[in-house]
Amino acid sequence: MSTAAPALRTSWLPRLVVAPSFVLSFLFIYGLMAWNGYLSVSASRLLPNYEFAGLAQYQTLWDSERWWVALKNLGIFGGLFIGGAMALGLLMAILLDQKVRAEGLLRTIYLYPMALSFIVTGTAWKWILNPGLGLEHLVQSWGFKDFEFGWLVDPDMAIFCVVIAGVWQSAGFVMALFLAGLRGIDESIVKAAQVDGASLPRIYWRILVPSLRPVFFSTLMVVSHLAVKSFDLVMALTAGGPGYATDLPATFMYTMAFSRGQIGLGAASATMMLATVAAIVVPYLYSELRAKR
Amino acid sequence: MNGRALSWHRLVLFGALGLFALVFLTPLYVMVSTSLKSMDEIREGTLLALPASPSLAAWIKAWSEACTGTDCGGLRPFFLNSVMMVVPAVAVSTLLGSLNGYVLSKWKFRGSELMFAMILFGVFMPMQVVLLPMSQVLGWLGLASSVWGLVLVHVLAGIPSTTLFFRNYYVGLPDELLKAAMLDGAGFWQIFWRIVLPLSTPILVVTLIWQFTQIWNDFLYGVVFSGADSKPITVGLNNLANTSSTVKEYNVDMAAAMIAALPTLFVYIVAGKYFVRGLTAGAVKG
Repeated sequence: MSTAAPALRTSWLPRLVVAPSFVLSFLFIYGLMAWNGYLSVSASRLLPNYEFAGLAQYQTLWDSERWWVALKNLGIFGGLFIGGAMALGLLMAILLDQKVRAEGLLRTIYLYPMALSFIVTGTAWKWILNPGLGLEHLVQSWGFKDFEFGWLVDPDMAIFCVVIAGVWQSAGFVMALFLAGLRGIDESIVKAAQVDGASLPRIYWRILVPSLRPVFFSTLMVVSHLAVKSFDLVMALTAGGPGYATDLPATFMYTMAFSRGQIGLGAASATMMLATVAAIVVPYLYSELRAKR
Repeated sequence: MNGRALSWHRLVLFGALGLFALVFLTPLYVMVSTSLKSMDEIREGTLLALPASPSLAAWIKAWSEACTGTDCGGLRPFFLNSVMMVVPAVAVSTLLGSLNGYVLSKWKFRGSELMFAMILFGVFMPMQVVLLPMSQVLGWLGLASSVWGLVLVHVLAGIPSTTLFFRNYYVGLPDELLKAAMLDGAGFWQIFWRIVLPLSTPILVVTLIWQFTQIWNDFLYGVVFSGADSKPITVGLNNLANTSSTVKEYNVDMAAAMIAALPTLFVYIVAGKYFVRGLTAGAVKG
C-alpha cells in the first residue's frame, strides 16, 4: 500500500518537524557509538585520554580472566535462559490455547513478572534462595533435614540462580508472543486435520508449532538480545558475586568503566556487546523491514 | 473425542495450568507475607507461613527510616525522584514518538524509510555503548547527576520505541481519510490535531504504559547517571537490599521491593491489555 503523496507546498514541514528528534537520535545512537568506539582504542583509564592506543584495550580485554568468566557465564545463562523461557513459554501458550475458562486470569498471572523491575525480581529471589532462612529452611521444615541449597553463595552454582529468576520473569512474555501467534493461525487447518483423525498433540507438533516459525524467530531474537543486555538482575541478585563468579559482559563493563577506573577497557567490552547484538539484530531487522515493503 | 477421555485430559490440563499459576504467584506471596512479618517471626517460621500478626512496621521503616548506604531516610526520596523523572520523560518521548510516527507513515520523504530503520536499531542496541560518552555529554550540559539529565537520557533512549509504536499504528490508518481532509484544505498540523490524534487513543495508552514501565523500572541509567540527590527508586531499592548492616532485615527488603513494584503492578492490573500489546509490539511485529 503506498502512502498519500501530499501537496508539495508543505513538503518541507514534515522534515522540519522530525528533524530535531532525528538528529538527536542519530547523535545519541550512532554518534555516541562511534565515540565509544574511539574510547576503546584510546589510552583512557581513570579519565578519558584521547591518545591513540591501537588495539591495546582489546588485547587487555581478551587476556583478562574475568572477561572470559563473563563470557562463559553469558553462554551458560544465555543458553539456559533462552531455552528455558522459550520452552516454558511455548508450553504455557499451548496449554492456554485449549479454550480454558479462566484464560484471562491465568494470562494475567503468568505475565505479571514482566511488569516488575529486574531489581525487584532480584531482591525477591535473593530472599527466597538465600541459604539459611529461605528455601533451604522451608524444605528442612518439611522433614528433609539434610537438604542443602547454597547455590546463591556457591561460585559454581550462583549463575543458575540468575537463570531461575530470569526464566521466572520472562516466560510469561514468551507465552504472550506465542499465544498471539497461535491465535493468528487459521482454524480451518486444525479442523481439517481433526477430520482426518489426527490427535491433538500430533496436530500441535506437526502443524501448529511449525507454522509458528516466524513468531519463533522474532521471540528468539527478543529473548536473546535481552540475555546479552542482562544487567539489573545480576546486580540485584548476586552483584556479580561471589567474587566475580556471576559476572556477565554488562556487569563487567559497568565495573570496569565506573568503579575500577578502566574507561578504555569498559569501552572495549561495550563494543564487543554491541557487535554481538548487532550480529543478532541487524539481519532480523533487515528481513522484517524488507518483508513489509 | 468422547466425553470421558476429554474430562481426563481437562483434569491434567487444569492441573498443569494451576501448577504454573502457583509457581508464578509464590514469589509475590512470599514478598507480601514476609513484608508483614517481624524479624523474629521470620527466623522462627518458614518462607510460606502466613504472618501470625500482620503488621505494617516493615513498610513504614522501608518508606521513611531504612538505611541505603550511609543515608537513613528510607525509600521516600528515591520514590519522589522517580516520579519527577518519569512524568516529563514519558510525556516528551511519547509526544515526539507520535509526531515521528505521523511523518514516517503519512508524510514519507526520500530517505525516511532508511532513517526509520536506522532509528529502529536504537530499540535493540546495548545501552552500555552510550554510557561512557553520555556521562561526558551530561557533564558538558551541566546536567550530570541531576534528575533532568536522567530525563534527557530516557527521552533519547525512548524515541526509537515510541516512534516504532506510532509509526506501525498510523500505517494502518486509511490514506483516504487524510486525502479527504487535504481536499478540504487541512494542512499538516490540522490533520494531525483534528484527525490523527483523536484516532490515536489505543496506541497512546500502549505507549504511555510502555514508557512508564520502562523508565520506572530502569536501573542502568539510574545507577550510572544519577547523583546523591537524584537516584531513582530502583537504585534506592538495590542499595537498601545490599546495605550490609549487622542484621539483615528481610521484611524491610521485601516491603521496599513491594513499594518499588506497586506503581507498575498497579498499571499492569488496571490496563494489562495495553501492556501486553506494547510488549508484543516491541517485538517489531506491528
